[in-house]
Amino acid sequence: MSLLLLSWEFFQIGLFAVGGGLATLPFLDKLVDKYDWFTAADLANIVAVSESTPGPLGINMATYTGFTGSGVLGGLVASLSIILPSWVIILLVARILKKFNENRYVQAAFEGLRATVVGLIAAAVLGIMQLSFFIPEVAGFWNQINYKALILFVALVLVRFKFQKIHPIALIGAGALLGVVCGGF
Amino acid sequence: MKEYFDLFLTFAKIGGFTFGGGYAMLPIMQKELVEKKDWTTNEELLNYYAVGQCTPGIIAVNVSTFVGYQKKGILGSIFSTLGVVTPSIIIIMLIASFLQNFSQYSAVQHAFSGIRVAVCATVFVAIWNLWKKSIKKWSHVFFCIIAFCLSAFTELNPIWIVLLAGTAGMFTYLKKEDESK
Repeated sequence: MSLLLLSWEFFQIGLFAVGGGLATLPFLDKLVDKYDWFTAADLANIVAVSESTPGPLGINMATYTGFTGSGVLGGLVASLSIILPSWVIILLVARILKKFNENRYVQAAFEGLRATVVGLIAAAVLGIMQLSFFIPEVAGFWNQINYKALILFVALVLVRFKFQKIHPIALIGAGALLGVVCGGF
Repeated sequence: MKEYFDLFLTFAKIGGFTFGGGYAMLPIMQKELVEKKDWTTNEELLNYYAVGQCTPGIIAVNVSTFVGYQKKGILGSIFSTLGVVTPSIIIIMLIASFLQNFSQYSAVQHAFSGIRVAVCATVFVAIWNLWKKSIKKWSHVFFCIIAFCLSAFTELNPIWIVLLAGTAGMFTYLKKEDESK
């Protein structure tokens, strides 16, 4: 496939997918029908790998799809193309904000926004917690609770509260290690 | 030049150790950017998240562009943004070349189930700290809870929640001309 076409497609995804990595999924789905760069089965694997590797989900998916279609260069082109629009837009927004930082309307709007973002992040975590702490396949509410995961969660939260200096990366490493040792949560 | 490298490396660290969406990055960003480097504040980070939520593109990239630009201008934003994506590009290409069925290995699945719980724990504490630092008035509590409910229990796109909150914020918190000076 032509790298130019690949770049153009991912540039468009970067421009139109609003709201984080998973928002790019419907766009990637369309690419399956439009070109023969990768199949629907490839895409399922791409999402699975992207979710279980570090880094922004959208970048992982772009790199993987580009790489599947046309190798190292394809991976590079796809991920750089997907970030280009938001890079330009954020630079513009940053310049505008710098100029209007003292503006009382802007300040008032952001006071409301900061409180709102705390709520939005809390909602996002609630979704992940549901996924981690509930096993929907079994019957009965009390059986559905994943006690092992819940205990690990409480332990890690307590450690983080007790030792505020501890780096979040250390906790994530501990989680990975315990996951392997305990055979999953 | 050293500062540009510092930007690149710090954001590479953030990109290389974040599992999950942009929110999962928050605790690591707080640690690296607010506590260790003092490049930004918690309040500014929240502002960036708000903007990142309603501008196109990947939120992690948006936030790193913001911080890089604020610190060292356009060139700084290039270094920070490339930093946050570089680990992904390398890791994904390695996996795509050698471990096509990476996500099906039981060790990977087990590790990831632990990572997911750890991410919940770190973000939970991050939200707790933000709640203590940034939610100062009853009206903040109101904004926060409304946003939480709209996002958790409806299908409403977060862009609308952010735009709604910005508008409501303007009416709620607008200071009189002389007061703000």
